[in-house]
Amino acid sequence: MESIVIGVIGADVHAVGNRIIEFTLENAGYNVVNVGVLSTQEDFINAAIESNAKMILVSSLYGHGEIDCRGMREKCIESGLKDIILYVGGNIVVGKQDFFEVEKRFKAMGFDRVFPPGTPIEAVLPLIKEDLMNHA
Amino acid sequence: MPKYLLADIGSTYTKLTAVDLGKGDIIGTARHYTTVNTDVRIGYEKAFALLAEKTHVMEYDKVFASSSAAGGLKMAAIGLVEELTVEAAKRVCLGAGGKVNLVYSHHITKKDAESIRDGDIDIVLLAGGTDGGNEDCVLYNARMLGEAGVKIPVVYAGNRACQDQIQAIFKEYNIRGWICDNVMPRLNVLNIESARKVIQSIFMNNITEAKGIKKIETEFAEGIVPTPYAVLKAAELLSRGYADETGLGEIVVIDIGGATTDFYSVCSGMPKQANVFVHGLEEPFAKRTVEGDLGMRYSAPGIIKNLSDETIKKYREQGIDLLREAEFRHSRPAFLPRDERDEYVDSVLAKLCVDIATSRHVGTFSTVYTPLGVMHYQTGKDLSEVKYIVGTGGVIIYDRHAYDILKSALYDAGKPTELRPRKPAFLLDGDYLTSAMGLLGRHHPEIALRIMKKRFRKIVGNDYESAK
Repeated sequence: MESIVIGVIGADVHAVGNRIIEFTLENAGYNVVNVGVLSTQEDFINAAIESNAKMILVSSLYGHGEIDCRGMREKCIESGLKDIILYVGGNIVVGKQDFFEVEKRFKAMGFDRVFPPGTPIEAVLPLIKEDLMNHA
Repeated sequence: MPKYLLADIGSTYTKLTAVDLGKGDIIGTARHYTTVNTDVRIGYEKAFALLAEKTHVMEYDKVFASSSAAGGLKMAAIGLVEELTVEAAKRVCLGAGGKVNLVYSHHITKKDAESIRDGDIDIVLLAGGTDGGNEDCVLYNARMLGEAGVKIPVVYAGNRACQDQIQAIFKEYNIRGWICDNVMPRLNVLNIESARKVIQSIFMNNITEAKGIKKIETEFAEGIVPTPYAVLKAAELLSRGYADETGLGEIVVIDIGGATTDFYSVCSGMPKQANVFVHGLEEPFAKRTVEGDLGMRYSAPGIIKNLSDETIKKYREQGIDLLREAEFRHSRPAFLPRDERDEYVDSVLAKLCVDIATSRHVGTFSTVYTPLGVMHYQTGKDLSEVKYIVGTGGVIIYDRHAYDILKSALYDAGKPTELRPRKPAFLLDGDYLTSAMGLLGRHHPEIALRIMKKRFRKIVGNDYESAK
């Protein structure tokens, strides 16, 4: 069973969506390692190391995601997780910005996939499956 | 009426406590220097003779013993991530009554494995990975131990999925290995019991021989347990109560020794207010931490290393050269205060031990301003509502400043983020009974509990103050 680390990054306490993601991924047959709300980059990375996860799925709903996610890929590389798949989704930037630009910025930061506000987790499932398959 | 004898073979003293089960009370205590260099039996028998003078009892129905002689149970803990399986492994060692002398994370090096082999270590605890998680690290580390020719017992408590492969590595390298449940089966979930039991049975069956206490083991009704474990069990009993005999609720026990300061807390430690998120690895209900650099004699110089220049200067202005006093005590482990000044310096050192050990044991609290309002983070245990602080150990029970010393564990406005006790009452284990009651409590918890509740003395001020 593949392990996926999920959680809400930064000073963000939006717990409900995170719970829905956990529930949906578990039903889809994944071992979900939930680091919960108010989590730091290190919390995600440490959990991924111990659980041998191939994917980290970062949620952020309070607009500060861009600051919170900066340097995460570099930290993964430092921690021996250079190939780990990084997803991010939610209201990840301040205000209403052109999502195409936002996606570009997050991809430049090393995230493999970036999801706009309001993306249901069900819509992401096929991509998760595909990415994990290609990863192995 | 049946009478039990409880023995604690410490590194300095062998302490005996005689209990009359019918009366449900202590009938006498005695102590003698531990004769670990020759034959521990000599010190034990001398203490026994001293006790017999007081109690006129020559035979006991059962004798139970704990030991911390020859440095106690010395362990090496290996894990993967420092905040996770390394921390879990350390907590298992401490909960079993051991002292963690070496700690490693991620892949160990050849040199690390050699330090374990050549160091003065009794047992290695090898952990890493959640169940079904990382495999590569524990397998690599087990091989490294094998390659280095480690001969001491190795307890494997890592990823369950690797148990068979680890067993094969143990066999291949002739490692005396044991397999138990994972110390962290899932993220942030702590599982102490399985590994703790195995560590203690190894201590009983293999280690006591090396410590020179095997020779008198035949006198005891069951295997010797590490002293700190007996103290932890006593603290747990005193807190929880047993059957109709109520416990004291949330408590802290502080034992300041010559070489270490042990801090025990028995409580859930969960947040005491709203809007607090608990962070990190699960905390044990009965938690022990040991500070190997904080002690009144051998480890006194370690205290000074933790102090700022300002603090050292503050004491120098009072005419106390802390550095010199610490060095003096370091080279004289059996030193006893000669006058009031010595006593005062001892109390200063003891206060520092308690203060620093508390800072390291208690959880911390931080505030996060989120768009949804002010939230708080808690890492570790919240001890703010602890009801009692119990002082034990030679220094504190003979010190006239015991009250002031224990008060150093309290909430300090200068350290606002530490979740220290706020309004506890103070108890003193003046007869040094805690470890003995831990031993007795395994068989007669109700009697052990009653004795502790009766014998532990409530203190509301220093001895010299009440004498005035």
